[in-house]
Amino acid sequence: MKKILTAKNLILLLGLATIIVYLFNHEQAFSILLMAKNYLIEMLSVLPPIVVLIGLFQVWVPRQTVEKAMGSSSGLRGILMAILVGTVAMGPLYAAFPLGISLLEKGASLFNVAVFLCVWASIKIPMILFEIKFLGLDFAGLRLALTLPSIIMISFFLTLILEKERKI
Amino acid sequence: MFVLTIWILAGLLLALSLFKSKEKTAASLLTSWKFFRSLALPVLLTIWVIGFLLTFLSPELISRVLGQNLGWRGTVLAALFGSVVLIQAFIAFPLAGSLLRQGASVSAIAAFVTTLVMVGVITAPLEIKFFGKKFTLWRNLLSFVFALIIALIMGARLG
Repeated sequence: MKKILTAKNLILLLGLATIIVYLFNHEQAFSILLMAKNYLIEMLSVLPPIVVLIGLFQVWVPRQTVEKAMGSSSGLRGILMAILVGTVAMGPLYAAFPLGISLLEKGASLFNVAVFLCVWASIKIPMILFEIKFLGLDFAGLRLALTLPSIIMISFFLTLILEKERKI
Repeated sequence: MFVLTIWILAGLLLALSLFKSKEKTAASLLTSWKFFRSLALPVLLTIWVIGFLLTFLSPELISRVLGQNLGWRGTVLAALFGSVVLIQAFIAFPLAGSLLRQGASVSAIAAFVTTLVMVGVITAPLEIKFFGKKFTLWRNLLSFVFALIIALIMGARLG
């Protein structure tokens, strides 16, 4: 059962679906492939430097440094660190996954990595400015004020669930 | 801007690393390459799904659904939309703003914007690749629930 939903099979399924779309509507099938190609180019422009940076990080940054800054005994400072790193970093969420996992492997706590990921996804200075401009200060301000505690709680529950299962 | 910065940063640090130790740099590049190769399938899967979504889930369709006032069902629908679509914030905020001015409910727009950034169904294959199924499932599920809570509070305060 588990083996059915592999990436390979899903890709085969998508290929099949694309062919079916093609039979009914040529243009839509071409649109699917064109959009996919555009995103592939975008991802390929981001991922190579990210993996290079991660390789360097793995080799050069000592485990103790990460453990001390963001490990399980880093307390409030670790959380603030995770929030800071997540806020100032720019880029799409899929760029944060490899960074997050290398932080985890270097001894950062699961809680702090979860905070880092969620903050990266949702709190960015230019994004906030943009939101204020288009949705107003009340909307953006309240949403930000609610998002931060939500992230802390999401990360707390996530850690609770995963640590109990010891899956990660 | 981000792309250029990160290429320059990676290039500079790589040069610095090469200057300090050839062996360590070789080891780091090997790690990078393995990493990159393991990403091939998830990336292919992700971009293909994006191709489907962008073709069949147009901004017009999203506007049509979000623009209606469907009460709490509208909020849940908006949250679902935000979870599956992948729009850059720089397009999403103007879109959300215009919908709000046209009379869409605050909670629906808040749900849409919040799940848009926090929940990523399309990027799930990549997230699973790194963090595993369990982490990915729960992070997204919890984010979805909290997005709804945020949306309801915002609807009550601003709506």
